[in-house]
Amino acid sequence: MTGEKGLKFTKEHEWLRIEGNRVTVGITDFAQKKLGDIVYVELPELDEEFVEGDAFAVLESVKTAADVYAPVDGIVVEVNDLLEEEPALINTDPFGEGWIAVFEAEGDIDTSGLMDTAAYRQYAEEEE
Amino acid sequence: MGKHYLPNTGPQRRQILQAIGVGAVEDLFSYIPEKLRFSGLLNLPDPIAEPQLVDHMEELAGKNNVEAVNFLGGGIYDHYVPAAIDHVLSRSEFYTAYTPYQPEVSQGTLQAIFEYQSMLCQLTGAAAANASLYDGATTVAEAALLALNATKGRRLLVAGSMHPSYRQVLATYLEDFGAEIEELPLEGGKLKAEAIAPRLGNDVAALIVQSPNFFGIIEDLPALGKLMAAEKGLFVVATDPIALGILEAPGALGADVITGEGQSLGINQSFGGPLLGFMGVADKLVRKMPGRVVGQTADAKGRRGFVLTLQTREQHIRREKATSNICSNQALCALAASVYMSLMGPQGLREVAAQSLAKAAFAREQMTAVPGVELPFAGPFFKEFVLKLPQPAAKVIAAMADKGYYVGIDLGRFFPDMNDCLLMAVTEKRSKSEILGCAAALREVLA
Amino acid sequence: MKPLLPLIFERSVAGRTGYSLPPAEFPLEGIEQLLPQDQVRQKLPLLPEVSEGDVIRHYINLSLLNHNIDRGFYPLGSCTMKYNPKVNEDVSRLPGFARLHPLVPEENAQGALELIYRLEQYLAEISGMDAVSLQSVAGAHGEFTGLKIILAYHKARGDFRRQTILVPDSAHGTNPASAAMVGMKVVQVASDANGCVSLEDLRAKTDDTVAALMLTNPNTLGLFDVNIGAIADIVHAAGGLLYYDGANANAILGKVRPGDTGFDVVHLNLHKTFSTPHGGGGPGSGPVGVKSQLAPYLPVPRVVQGGEGYSLDYDYPQSIGKIHSFYGNFAVNIRAYAYIRMLGAEGLKAVSEDAVLNANYIQARLKDAYHLEYDRLCMHEFVLSAKRQLAKGVKTLDIAKRLLDFGLHPPTVYFPLIIEEAMMIEPTETEGMETLDYFIEAMLQIAREAEENPEIVLGAPHTTPISRLDEVGAARNPVLKWQP
Repeated sequence: MTGEKGLKFTKEHEWLRIEGNRVTVGITDFAQKKLGDIVYVELPELDEEFVEGDAFAVLESVKTAADVYAPVDGIVVEVNDLLEEEPALINTDPFGEGWIAVFEAEGDIDTSGLMDTAAYRQYAEEEE
Repeated sequence: MGKHYLPNTGPQRRQILQAIGVGAVEDLFSYIPEKLRFSGLLNLPDPIAEPQLVDHMEELAGKNNVEAVNFLGGGIYDHYVPAAIDHVLSRSEFYTAYTPYQPEVSQGTLQAIFEYQSMLCQLTGAAAANASLYDGATTVAEAALLALNATKGRRLLVAGSMHPSYRQVLATYLEDFGAEIEELPLEGGKLKAEAIAPRLGNDVAALIVQSPNFFGIIEDLPALGKLMAAEKGLFVVATDPIALGILEAPGALGADVITGEGQSLGINQSFGGPLLGFMGVADKLVRKMPGRVVGQTADAKGRRGFVLTLQTREQHIRREKATSNICSNQALCALAASVYMSLMGPQGLREVAAQSLAKAAFAREQMTAVPGVELPFAGPFFKEFVLKLPQPAAKVIAAMADKGYYVGIDLGRFFPDMNDCLLMAVTEKRSKSEILGCAAALREVLA
Repeated sequence: MKPLLPLIFERSVAGRTGYSLPPAEFPLEGIEQLLPQDQVRQKLPLLPEVSEGDVIRHYINLSLLNHNIDRGFYPLGSCTMKYNPKVNEDVSRLPGFARLHPLVPEENAQGALELIYRLEQYLAEISGMDAVSLQSVAGAHGEFTGLKIILAYHKARGDFRRQTILVPDSAHGTNPASAAMVGMKVVQVASDANGCVSLEDLRAKTDDTVAALMLTNPNTLGLFDVNIGAIADIVHAAGGLLYYDGANANAILGKVRPGDTGFDVVHLNLHKTFSTPHGGGGPGSGPVGVKSQLAPYLPVPRVVQGGEGYSLDYDYPQSIGKIHSFYGNFAVNIRAYAYIRMLGAEGLKAVSEDAVLNANYIQARLKDAYHLEYDRLCMHEFVLSAKRQLAKGVKTLDIAKRLLDFGLHPPTVYFPLIIEEAMMIEPTETEGMETLDYFIEAMLQIAREAEENPEIVLGAPHTTPISRLDEVGAARNPVLKWQP
């Protein structure tokens, strides 16, 4: 499983990899465990535009469905098509092959509301 | 009275009360404030015993005339209901079971639904079908909601030849959705493909047609299918499943959603309910489809079994984001349809369709031979057609009922300018002599 | 994969038939010439080719794999799995009903129209409403219809701001889904420490955009919300209406009438409260009742009584319109009518009393073995939690599956969502004390097993025709039909 070094985290249990104005989004190991076996991922379309906080993808397990929220105002520039055939990648490698999409941010990225690895670990533990 | 459904005896009730730790049944309700409680007795008729109930119900049923020879259609048809169907439906194991939430003890219902979905796909050419919706009308409305959701379009092009009640229900369902319903004009009782093309565009969510349409006429589905092939909007076809014994499957003609009323498949007329709304969809729409769906899987020992699946579409999981609010459906009616399709098989279904068509053609010929009776529409039809009369249809229909014939439906009920027209349906059950008798009676009534 | 039973397609033998049709009387050869040539079916559908005996045997064998209320206890909370009287089945099949076309001239359907008219009156009396329509065919369909009526009412008063439907966090999923289907926004209201609507939260969320509050009373915890008067005042004061979800009406027949406690609109589930069978998922019937100021908005047609008997009346210009192809699930309504006629007012009251009695009995005897979040008298159902058993790794799902080994259907599980590891138990009034005792003993034994021998619970069921199925696989790679 790919590690979580250098990532930022949201309160909705998403991880972000921020490289310039590009933001890769996935869900954390904690989140995938909570959801259970992912059976289907509803992915966004390329070039689709989102406002920060919009649901841009849906992860479905047998008995739940969870929205994934856009981390920034921006457009989708890459989508992990592999998830269409293999949604289980989110379970087996949430920080690596289980990435969901890459956004190109419209403006500067505000990281002030995000957590680093240590802060997120504590946050997830409290939620447990 | 009716206490024979309540097994607890006086002593048992006392034992139970003791175990709960209250003195009387009333004490179980006493925390509800007095002013909220209903004191006194409901104003209902005095209870009656079972023998009196049977008498009473026979009396009520006797006030309905089901003896007249039935040429009524308009969505409900007098096709033969094989005896075997009710014997299956009367099995407690099917009709007193709940929705199959526990698959280990519901394989009977689950497998039967899986088979129903399979038969429906065979019949309609759909890639997948759901376990049933309410009826033909609400199914069209659900198809429209599906199209709005799947395409993000806002305009719905709806054939004016679709059942007026279906269009009314569609209007009720869509009123608060900001969608626009555009009724497509007719020529000779059917759509003109050329007139539709200019209305198409990226904001069209669906073209919704019925074929055979309300007037019994077969729409030009191949042309409409070609027209919609390049469009973002969905091609929704409501159809008569019996017709598909002889007519091409809409799925093979480009339909993305195939819906309709399944009552013809072995379900009693029962004054219009319960019915069977069926829906099949193209592959790309499976996860947008409303209603329950059964899928095949295996248990730990590798045995084939069936479960409710793709449930994240449904209200109990997705709540306000569900594809529909439907929970209870028409499962037992779907079972009736499965038994019907199994009994009929490909040959039987084809013969029901062929007989209905042949007898309808004969009836049309006989009726139009009556002086003053005309055919307002010329298009090819299936088992139903419109007759134009020299007198108000309501009057003719009443006189014909007195002579023992339900000759048809007064179209003035639905179209004010067609109050001299009636819609006549002919199924395989009608005999040559009944048709001739009806024509002779019509001749007398119009004389 | 080893099949449990073959599919009917797998029983097919080419050339075998199971039908008997009337004589054709006309040549059928070449009949296709009457059809548009590009629409003649080229390839017949691959339906099974089987004899009538094959069909009967197939479906009888399938049926034997089902649990059902005629076989044994079925305590599914909020589903009211009561015994379905047999005479109701018989009378619903009388030819005068079963063969009646919905579009016969009205003078030829007087018995059917009379039955509809009377049943509407009975249900109005039972629910404390002024007018009822039998057109909605399911509970969710009733919710949709009721909410449409509420919106039509607001709009007719020129009030277009009302875009919100309030639902408690313990509500059935159909409530928010129905609200969405009428284009409304859903706002959830929290429960208080007693499991009832938090008045504080309700006050905070009620404003002049609220169209209605949807409420089940007793709620999905089986608790009667005694604050209903205050709740009604809060919502009404803001101009909103109160919607009664009748899923739990089996607790209150002849005891409480929603219309007397502030509700403006109700739907009743005839397939729950009024004993019509569930049919493996349907058909049901979900009539809607309203107070007189909402009656003009009921769906059309309405059945009216005049000098010349009963007729269908479409002349209600403010009506929400049509919601069904014809007049609802008539044959289901026949059964409910028969049930009410046989029970009468005293009988219906006895139904709710025994339903509440039975539920409290089970609750009293199981609350030491399982966690009971709200320890007070319940109505017709209550909710236990497997929280305590979870410490040994035994979840609600495992307990549910273990119950199958006792020939019992499990309760509703994992609902309501506000209770962790929920088990919602509704015995109904048609079960006698011995049956309740058998269920109680089974639940107590499972609680002991969870302590002493959790493996036997975790591996359950052991006696069913098939064991736990791979639901993940079914959803990842959906196989939704047989293919040749």
